[in-house]
Amino acid sequence: MRFRIIVLAKQVPDTRNVGKDAMKADGTVNRAALSAIFNPEDLHALEQALSIKDKIRYAEVILLTMGPTRAAEIIREALYRGADQGFLITDRKFAGSDTLATSYALSLAVKKLAPYHLVISGRQAIDGDTAQVGPQTAEKLGIPQITYAEEILSLDAKKIIVKRRLERGVEVVNSTLPALITVHSSAPPCRQRIGKLLMKYKHARTVTELQNETKDYTELYTERPYLLIEEWSAEDLKAAGENLGLSGSPTKVKKIENVVFQHKESKVLSNSDKDIEKLMQTLISSHIIG
Amino acid sequence: MNNIFVYCEVTEERSIADVSLELLSKGRKLADDLKVKLEAVVLGHKVTKPEAMLFPFGVDVIHYADDEKLFPYTTLPHTSIIIEIFKKELPEIVLFGATSIGRDLAPRVASALRCGLTADCTSLEIGDHFENKTQTEYKNLLFQIRPAFGGNIIATIINPETRPQMATVREGVMKKEVYSLKYKGKLIKIDARSILKDEDFAVTIIERHLEKSRIDIKNAQVIIAGGYGVGSKENFQLLFDLAEILGAQVGASRAAVDAGFADHERQVGQTGVTVRPKLYIACGISGAVQHRAGMDQSAQIISINTDLNAPINQIADYTILGNVADVIPKMIKYYKKNSK
Repeated sequence: MRFRIIVLAKQVPDTRNVGKDAMKADGTVNRAALSAIFNPEDLHALEQALSIKDKIRYAEVILLTMGPTRAAEIIREALYRGADQGFLITDRKFAGSDTLATSYALSLAVKKLAPYHLVISGRQAIDGDTAQVGPQTAEKLGIPQITYAEEILSLDAKKIIVKRRLERGVEVVNSTLPALITVHSSAPPCRQRIGKLLMKYKHARTVTELQNETKDYTELYTERPYLLIEEWSAEDLKAAGENLGLSGSPTKVKKIENVVFQHKESKVLSNSDKDIEKLMQTLISSHIIG
Repeated sequence: MNNIFVYCEVTEERSIADVSLELLSKGRKLADDLKVKLEAVVLGHKVTKPEAMLFPFGVDVIHYADDEKLFPYTTLPHTSIIIEIFKKELPEIVLFGATSIGRDLAPRVASALRCGLTADCTSLEIGDHFENKTQTEYKNLLFQIRPAFGGNIIATIINPETRPQMATVREGVMKKEVYSLKYKGKLIKIDARSILKDEDFAVTIIERHLEKSRIDIKNAQVIIAGGYGVGSKENFQLLFDLAEILGAQVGASRAAVDAGFADHERQVGQTGVTVRPKLYIACGISGAVQHRAGMDQSAQIISINTDLNAPINQIADYTILGNVADVIPKMIKYYKKNSK
C-alpha cells in the first residue's frame, strides 16, 4: 500500500500587496485587482509532504483544494513542484462557506481518498487568518491534529513525531496515524518548480478549463490521462445540502465596513537634516527618548 | 438565556493566563448586559488557588478538572471535557484566548458542536439583528468584530441560529479589570477520568522546551518597527542600530516577517503582539488595519515613509517623508549630537 499524503491548499487573493485600486468606490473589495496566489503557509505544507516523498519512495502526494475553476492554478503549481495528483472541489453550492462548511466539504473529499496516512495543510490562509479549517477538518475526520508544525522528526506507517512551534518555545509530540498536521511559516519554504515536471504538466487542465479551450485536446488527454485534473461537485462528495455553503455556515457576516482611519493632527517633515534634528530635539526635550 | 463561559488557560506556573483574565473581565461585562452568569472552565493539574484567582473577576461558577493528564495541554483531552461540559450547560457565549492553545482547541470544539467561531476578534458587543430574508428578529446576539481580508475591511460576524456563539481574542486586546475583591462564586469539580477515553491520548508530548520569548517587544517603551518598505534584511539592521542607542526594541509588520526581514516574534499587529509604547517609530510600514490594531494605542507615533498617502500617516504624530535608509542614520546622528 502506498503512503498517501493529502495536502489541503487554498488559492487566496494576495492581501499583502494591496494597491490603491483594491477597494471599489462602494467600499467593497475589488478582487479582480488582487492577484491570486498559492496561500503561503500551504506551500510550506506542500514542502513537508514532498520532503516525506523524498525519503519514502512509496509515498504519494495528492493536492486537494476547494474553489472556483481558477483554483486549478494551484494544483498545476503543486504538480510542477512534485505532487503526484490534484483534485478540485468546485460547485456553486459551496459558495459562501465559512470555516465549518469548508471543513465539512474538505473532510468528505479526504474520506473519498481513503485510505490515507497524513493530511497536511498550512496553519492559516492570509485572506481570513482564522487557522480554523485544519483543526475542524481533523475533528470531522475523527483523527488527531498537530498544529503549528515546524519539522517532522520521524515517521513510519503507524506514527509520526513532530516539532511544534508555540508562542514561547517548542514542543515535540508523538501521534498515531492517520493525523492532520498544520504547518507553521517557520518551517522550510517550498522548493521551486522542476523543469521536467513543468513540461510534463503544463497542459494539465480540469474539464471545465478544457471546455473553454479553443483547440481540441481530446487526443492528448486520452493518451495522457494524468493531465486531466478531476473536479468534484457536491454530488460527487455526497454532501448533505444543509451542511454546505451559506446554509451550512453558522457564522454570518452582518456588516462589512471600509477601514475608517482615525484622523489626528499629523506633522509632515522632510528628510532634511534640519527637520530631523529638530524632531530629535523635541523628542529628547519632552523625555520621550533620552 | 444561558450563561457566558470563558476557557481559562493554565500557565507554566500553574496560574491562570493573563489573556483568560482579560476575557473574564470582558465576559463579566457581557454577562451584566445580558443579565446572565459568568462561568470559567479550568482544566489542569494542581492549579494555584483557582477560586482566589478567579472569583474577583466576577466568576459565578468555576468548572475545575484537576488531573495530571490535563497538564501540559494536549488537544483531545481538553476538547472531550469541554464538549461534555457544554453539552450539559449549553452556553450562550464562549470565549477563548487566541493563543497557540486557544486557536488549536476552539475550532475543534466548534466543529464538534457545529457552532460558529470567529477568530481574533478586536471587539465584542451585544446587539440585535433583523434578518430581512426571513423577516426574523434576533435579540441580544454577540457581535464579533474583526478585521479581514488583509485588514482592508472590518467585518461584524454573528451566529443567529447556533449556540454557543464562540470567539477567540488575542492577549492585550481586552482590558484586565478586577470586578470585586469580595465576589464569591462556587466551584464544581469535574472528574476527568470518567470522561476521557483511550483515543483521547493519541498524541503524547515527548519533550517541551519552553523558553521565554527572547524578544520582549510587548513591554518596550520605545519600538522601532519595520515594514516591507524597509526593503531588505540589511536595511533592517539600521533599525537595530537605532534601537540600540535609544534602548528600544525592534518590531516588524507581518509583511516584513513574511519577507524574512525579521523573526515572527517581533511581529506587531492583530496576528502578532499588541503594544502600547511611549514611542512607536514605523519605518516603511504602510499601516494595514491589522498592523494598526496592534500599535494604535502608542502614545506617540512617527512614520517614516516615502508615500505621503500611506494609511499609517493618518494616525502618526509625525510623518517623515523619506527613505528609511536615509532617515535613520540622520536620526542616530542627531540623537547622539543632542542627547549630551
